[in-house]
Amino acid sequence: MMLFAADPLLVGDFGWDTLAIMLGKVVIAFALLMLSVLFMVWFERKVVSDLQNRIGPNRAGPWGLLQTLADGIKLFFKEDLVPNKADRFVFGLAPYLSLIPAFLTFAIVPVGGDFTNNNGVVPMPGGEQTYLQVADPPIGVLLFLAMSSLAVYGIMLAGWSSGSKYPLLGSVRASAQMVSYEAALGLAVVAVLIQSESLSSHDIVAAQQGGIVNWNFFATGVVPFFVFLIAGTAELNRPPFDLVEAEQELVGGFHTEYSSIRFALFFLAEFMNTVTMSAIIVTLFLGGPNGPILIDSLGWFFPTFWFMLKLFVFLFTFVWFRATLPRLRYDQLMDLGWKLLIPISLGWVLFLGAQSIGRDRGWNSIAIVAVTALVFAVAGSLLVAAINTAKADRARALEEDPEGAHGRFT
Amino acid sequence: MAITDKTETDTLPELTDARVRARESAVLRLSESAMARLGEMGPDAPIDVDDERMFINMGPSHPSTHGVLRLMLELEGETVRRSKPVIGYLHTGMEKTGEQLTYLQGPTNVTRMDYAAPLFNELVFSLAVEELVGIEVPERATWIRMLMCELNRMASNLLFMATNGMDLGAVSMMIYGWREREDILRFFEMVTGLRMNHNYIRPGGVAADLPDGWQAEVERLLEIIPPRLEEYDVLMTGQPIWRDRLQGVGVMNSAEALALGVTGPLLRSTGYAWDLRRDQPYLAYDEVEFDVLVGSYGDCFDRYAIRLNEIRESMRIVRQVIDKMPAGDVRVQDKKITPPPRARIDESMEALIHHFKIFTEGYKVPEGEVYVGVESPRGELGCYMVSDGGSHPYRMHIRAPSFVNLQCLPYLMQDGLIADAVANISTVDPIMGEVDR
Repeated sequence: MMLFAADPLLVGDFGWDTLAIMLGKVVIAFALLMLSVLFMVWFERKVVSDLQNRIGPNRAGPWGLLQTLADGIKLFFKEDLVPNKADRFVFGLAPYLSLIPAFLTFAIVPVGGDFTNNNGVVPMPGGEQTYLQVADPPIGVLLFLAMSSLAVYGIMLAGWSSGSKYPLLGSVRASAQMVSYEAALGLAVVAVLIQSESLSSHDIVAAQQGGIVNWNFFATGVVPFFVFLIAGTAELNRPPFDLVEAEQELVGGFHTEYSSIRFALFFLAEFMNTVTMSAIIVTLFLGGPNGPILIDSLGWFFPTFWFMLKLFVFLFTFVWFRATLPRLRYDQLMDLGWKLLIPISLGWVLFLGAQSIGRDRGWNSIAIVAVTALVFAVAGSLLVAAINTAKADRARALEEDPEGAHGRFT
Repeated sequence: MAITDKTETDTLPELTDARVRARESAVLRLSESAMARLGEMGPDAPIDVDDERMFINMGPSHPSTHGVLRLMLELEGETVRRSKPVIGYLHTGMEKTGEQLTYLQGPTNVTRMDYAAPLFNELVFSLAVEELVGIEVPERATWIRMLMCELNRMASNLLFMATNGMDLGAVSMMIYGWREREDILRFFEMVTGLRMNHNYIRPGGVAADLPDGWQAEVERLLEIIPPRLEEYDVLMTGQPIWRDRLQGVGVMNSAEALALGVTGPLLRSTGYAWDLRRDQPYLAYDEVEFDVLVGSYGDCFDRYAIRLNEIRESMRIVRQVIDKMPAGDVRVQDKKITPPPRARIDESMEALIHHFKIFTEGYKVPEGEVYVGVESPRGELGCYMVSDGGSHPYRMHIRAPSFVNLQCLPYLMQDGLIADAVANISTVDPIMGEVDR
């Protein structure tokens, strides 16, 4: 029980009503997530068609809202093909490996509750009180990072076990890409943790209450937010970082050989991850259910409304990326991750850390900024110099031996 | 038509030994059976394969091989070391079919070759036949041909914008390119009755005069397209990811391009100004003003930028054509070549006979051979035709620019990533119907 101790629901007696509320929360969260995926697929297709001067799905249900359901049913009844050379067990396991982490991450997201007046606690029938999130483990954000690392396995194993070359290439790309961006993602999260001084998602949201300026978006100085948004998009394998699927290059990437319900599971996982990642961004940087304006009436309504509204903004952003940006190349993706995002977020974390220590010890804040700027300038120019030297070395090697092993990208 | 020699060999970049060697080793010389053996994966894979290399087939059924181009790739990681384009998956025998069809039926056949620029096929065929017969088409027909061809060049380059955007992951671009192209195709439909494969340009002129109100229609096109090209500039040309993906990818210099027989935007992208419209003027291109666009790096971005700006140049030509369009006949008034109008058949026995003869046995073309080249959106489109004096060509060969341009693919793709290979295929812009003929 230690894992869930923070929730007031679990303080005191553990009775049938407690269990009922917990189960209810799990079921509602599950249903909410599934519904949001249904909506998200439709939403993405509609928005992309709008941006591309098309009509988009409009046959199944009002405004084509049931299109996803129809697609799901169709996929369910399709023949399930397993390639001859596939590793059957892993091939069957992989879709679940990518689906389950997507579910679990959503458990730590607070979707409602009034944080301004009573710390996000919502009264429940039977005199119980609870947070509006499935679980609030003290390790909260670490669970998110762990799950997003686990999700790599689903994609990697899917590509590897297909016994086919395009999926194999996709799986190699997946492991490299997701591992690299994990680092930038983690460092951006560290900035939030320094600010909130807690790992629990509930506490992180609670620390952001009291108006927009307290949101981590501003409190951590904007940079971690953008790093997180970019790294998160890469982690999701969504355009412009969808190299893992890269229809035009690798046909379908890791899911080339998948069909029927297994493919549907990957599809589901991808969109679920999109929803979850948006929810995590809202939680970490935009104050979760905290509203920009404080409205006391209808206690439960407005926090959930604000949360959904912010979620919606990010869902739209991801769709917008997809409709606008061309795909990056593999080496450019790596460059962006390792040479730009990781150094910037690392530097920013150090800066926030210095500030935090400085506050405790009463250092001069202007001096901290000045020293930081100096360190940034020195480190940045060192990094640029190193990159340029390496580039020049490679160019020289190519010049001397164009057929040799020193290819342009090796 | 003699080829005027305007090559300035002394200004060409030198091909260093290293470049020549690199070019030779770019082609994967592997038989079909060896590829099938090397392509095996898993426990069945032959043990003598270098572990670092992977052989992979891209196509003939692949989303970005523009139809049914197939590439054998030798990969090291994701880097393409050697490759070989394999063609023939869309072989339709149109050249051979051409020998069975009369000269009147010919355009219907050739128009299906480069299906993105059908009017150029008809044009080159008709010019060849006219050269053999020795007829001069009326001036209005010439200018109509120019108008239609330049519009078709725009349509073809817009199609390139669409597919190129899609190949690089800018999926919205696909729809935008098609939208603009569709506007042009609507005009074609208005003039020829068909969106594609028009059979509009025929030996002796064009099938029908332009319909009433064509100027307004063309001017509408010239009005709606420029702002959309500016949108492309925002979406693609100025886009940092887009530039990164294309700049410095698939570089070729003009000596290499000439050695490989490459023409069209590919050759011009290397900085070598060669455009048949200017260098061997046909139709009335010497009476209109336009610029031949050249690139400076010979990379994918130059090829993209040249095609984009050639749309603008074509619009410039179309504007001049509207102003200068002469009045008069649209077909040569020779009863042996041009079928009589429908109304005449009811009144005149001779007309009926001519009509019958032309459509059943065609007209005889004097013995001889001829080569005619035109600048299609993809390069030099040529038609070599031999006549034995009968009503069918003895031999009809089309020099298809896509076919020749494909030769440079292994070289462009060498040492690039798979993503670059896709960018290269895309900017070479092969039309497989024309490659396989």
